[in-house]
Amino acid sequence: MSGVAASTRVAKEPVAVVGIGQTKHVAARRDVSIAGLVREAAQRALLDAELTWADIDAVVIGKAPDFFEGVMMPELYLADALGAVGKPMLRVHTAGSVGGSTALVAANLVAGRVHGTVLTLAFEKQSESNAMWGLSLPVPFQQPLLAGAGGFFAPHIRAYMRRTGAPDTIGSLVAYKDRRNALKNPYAHLHEHDITLEKVQSAPMLWDPVRYSETCPSSDGACAMVLTDRAGAARAPRPPAWMHGGAMRSEPTMFAGKDFVSPRAGKDCAADVYRQAGVTDPRREIDAVEMYVPFSWYEPMWLENLGFAAEGEGWKLTESGVTELDGDLPVNMSGGVLSTNPIGASGMIRFAEAALQVRGQAGAHQVPGARRALGHAYGGGSQFFAMWLVGSEPPTT
Amino acid sequence: MTEVLSAPLVVEFPFTRSLGPVQSAFLTGLRERTVLGVRTGDGKVLVPPVEYDPATAEELRDLVEVAPTGTVTTWAWNHEPRCGQPLDTPFAWVLVRLDGADTALLHALDAPGPDSVRTGLRVRVRWAAERTGAITDIACFEPYEGEVTEPQAAPHEGEFAGEAVTGIVAHARLDYTYSPGRAQSQYIHALSGRKVVGERCPSCRKVYVPPRGACPTCGVATTEQVEVGPRGTVTTFCIVNIKAKNLDIEVPYVYAHIALDGADLALHARIAGIPYDQVRMGLRVEPVWDDSSKDSRYPDHYRPTGEPDADYDTYKELI
Amino acid sequence: MAPAAHGARDVAIVAFGQSDHRRSTDELSEVELLMPVLHEVLAATGLKTGDIGFTCSGSSDYLAGRAFSFTMALDGVGAWPPISESHVEMDGAWALYEAWVKLQTGECDTALVYSYGKSSPGSVRDVLTRQLDPYYVAPLWPDSVALAALQARALIDAGDTDEPALAGVAARSRTAARTNPHAQLRGSVPHGDYVVRPLRTGDCPPVGDGAAAVVLAAGERARELCERPAWIRGIDHRIEAHSLGVRDLTDSASTRLAAERAGAFERPVDTAELHAPFTSQEVVLRKALRLDERVTVNPSGGALAANPVMAAGLIRLGEAAARIHRGASERALAHATSGPCLQQNLVAVLEGDPR
Repeated sequence: MSGVAASTRVAKEPVAVVGIGQTKHVAARRDVSIAGLVREAAQRALLDAELTWADIDAVVIGKAPDFFEGVMMPELYLADALGAVGKPMLRVHTAGSVGGSTALVAANLVAGRVHGTVLTLAFEKQSESNAMWGLSLPVPFQQPLLAGAGGFFAPHIRAYMRRTGAPDTIGSLVAYKDRRNALKNPYAHLHEHDITLEKVQSAPMLWDPVRYSETCPSSDGACAMVLTDRAGAARAPRPPAWMHGGAMRSEPTMFAGKDFVSPRAGKDCAADVYRQAGVTDPRREIDAVEMYVPFSWYEPMWLENLGFAAEGEGWKLTESGVTELDGDLPVNMSGGVLSTNPIGASGMIRFAEAALQVRGQAGAHQVPGARRALGHAYGGGSQFFAMWLVGSEPPTT
Repeated sequence: MTEVLSAPLVVEFPFTRSLGPVQSAFLTGLRERTVLGVRTGDGKVLVPPVEYDPATAEELRDLVEVAPTGTVTTWAWNHEPRCGQPLDTPFAWVLVRLDGADTALLHALDAPGPDSVRTGLRVRVRWAAERTGAITDIACFEPYEGEVTEPQAAPHEGEFAGEAVTGIVAHARLDYTYSPGRAQSQYIHALSGRKVVGERCPSCRKVYVPPRGACPTCGVATTEQVEVGPRGTVTTFCIVNIKAKNLDIEVPYVYAHIALDGADLALHARIAGIPYDQVRMGLRVEPVWDDSSKDSRYPDHYRPTGEPDADYDTYKELI
Repeated sequence: MAPAAHGARDVAIVAFGQSDHRRSTDELSEVELLMPVLHEVLAATGLKTGDIGFTCSGSSDYLAGRAFSFTMALDGVGAWPPISESHVEMDGAWALYEAWVKLQTGECDTALVYSYGKSSPGSVRDVLTRQLDPYYVAPLWPDSVALAALQARALIDAGDTDEPALAGVAARSRTAARTNPHAQLRGSVPHGDYVVRPLRTGDCPPVGDGAAAVVLAAGERARELCERPAWIRGIDHRIEAHSLGVRDLTDSASTRLAAERAGAFERPVDTAELHAPFTSQEVVLRKALRLDERVTVNPSGGALAANPVMAAGLIRLGEAAARIHRGASERALAHATSGPCLQQNLVAVLEGDPR
């Protein structure tokens, strides 16, 4: 037996995104099985990377609660469709952040030199059940959810408005922007060709201060990425996106002193990613941000939480047009969660969009010359965060 | 120690499953008393037909027809059928390789007893009288003494008379008994005496309402009981304008976060006894219990106390 | 031999704790069940939550009957200030694997892994049917005992075992569990009547609730935290096709492949903790892992003595490590399984420092 080596820290293997695929997200994909849905995204990612199933060393899959499709640990049934037979397969579940966490677990397999090339995928086929049913199973003794899905978020949005004095039109500006961005993204679920700001602002108020137009849809969809090491990136037919930093942070669901408006786990997670990437001024050094905004007001809230604006100032970036596709710091170029929401995949779609941007592969929603982009996901009671920062150049450290 | 609560929890839903082309053809075929398989690149016939080759991951689309007769490859005698299983009398679970197939299908075999079942037994499909395009269109297998038909696995277009089955509805019900554990049981017991009793963390001294058994920031058990409220302050809220399916509350109504006096985090409740558009952050409220409803453990709603509003600085840490 | 499965960094299990496994724990919520176990492993290493570099857990919403059930378990960790944390909807053995991968990146030196499962609230035989192909199999509700019985019959037909031999596995396991204070079934347990023939009650695992936790540490940090660390010399996991009808149920190709990748066949092990909830599955695993009489199999009693679903695999890794910690083993194999009839399998090889 060779002696146990000292705890030397070897430099991580650089991680590159060389393949990205997603389905056209829609309310219900009635033409495919669950396997057919995930397969479509995986096949497109392989096609993008010009790789075959045999080139994949391991599969890391993520989705939100199993009750959404009514299949317990569906990765067992999906092993065949994802070419995982004879390979390692991991299944991640970290609530709404799962798409991001799943990508990070896959990235660690490459960074830790456990595998060379990994397929990672996240999905939700919400049309198999009803998301509200899955989210609010009638647990005995607990007070029934009194306010529906948006009712969980709306009070926190009101708290943000009170704290910052933001004008109440900010949410509608975000929704109007994201839905227009979605028109440039062929994979987005909502394509509202006749959208106007007036329409957004005159939509019914569901959970005051949240209007219908400021909420996310329920989608069927999947997103997949091929992650690989330096050698794999060298063989890639198209420019890779390089991972410059990635982190997860969690805090408890509810606790004394919790800040639902700007959770510390989000701040710490972003700080860790920036430290890894050597970013000291995210507002200046990051070219595009794809963040998890399920209700429009979360854009200004996250802009502050992620350090793009000082506390209380996030809404000013939105109001002044900085976060528009042609602004100084474009946010949610893909149309965001507001335009597409297969819950388990939503986090990975954010990560994939960041990678598409720095690869220059984002088509009509490309930010010209994007060199560094942040992908962000969160979930649970604003408690689970997953982020990565990707760049067009390999990391220097 | 208080009696620990428990109650039934039923998880039930009719899942709507779309099938994709291969599964659609197979289940439509069953409706028409035809068993289809799918041929792999290396010529094997998989029954039931799957969409992707388990060995190579290649997409499979070449359908073939196999015989409704076959051979048991393994079996297990089930003397006590369970809810939802194919037969309600004792039967054998079997894997059956149908004539013309290279793989086996899982289903039930109707046989008089375990002594009449063996590996290698010849069986045939017993079709359900009413067929809808589901795996249960095969009611079960039954022993079959007839001739072994020459396996053919003839190519099949996968098309049948009548409309193709493109989806199934999979009813699923699971029954659980839910017990919320010690801390929550004590909290719920106290509610029936119209007291709101939280628990204090021995480490950080914060009072948790409702208590969940652990201080989530310190990771230690909370044990010291602390009665809080009954009055409290609205820390934030929203106005609900859409009617929830399972709730009998007229809209609009106010859903608020309320920090009860003495508690270190807010709980959630409805506000009434004031026009919805006059509810504000800082409003002082008290619980209203519903005498008419016996099952209701929680206050029906909270109403204004008439006290002056709390200053923002006194509750901003509790939002 | 694949260097990947061995890892560039030496990582060891330095602490293991588990609850007493019982038929039901109505008086405890999941966090109340889990928290003492977390405290046990932290106390054993002298670490606090804030000292841990990465935390990963494994559990199942379907077992609990509630969506996002793992979020409340996090309360027992004390995740404040916020922690680097992840969760797999798998047995805790795979949470350990994810944590091992994280340590391989060099981003941290310690990891806390935990898992828990309360089978008592539901009918686990029926709950597990929801794992099966949702189109062709789940609508028939074939329960976990029925599927294991199909596998047992295939083994008997192949001449790999018979009912008396299976009874022997059951008796040996429960006898071994006499010295395991956490076990649910100990000592002499009747082989009983058929549940699904050829499996009798004695061939089946007890249904029960439990939790387990492990601390991992890399390199010198492991030596600081544990007198005799259980070094993970290799760890790998593999999945195979889902459908029983396309598999050879008398073999476990995925276990053998994972074992090869983990280096299990390089030198003999003295101990094996196998995650075989049914007696017949031990027969399959012994064959796939080429274990002979010289190897002590399941000295803890294995899953036949305590089978908290989602934790039973992690417990195999913990039990194997604990034997190395106390000097009862030099080189041990630990195995975990998931899915119907051993569909997915993880193998780790653990060693103590030479003495």
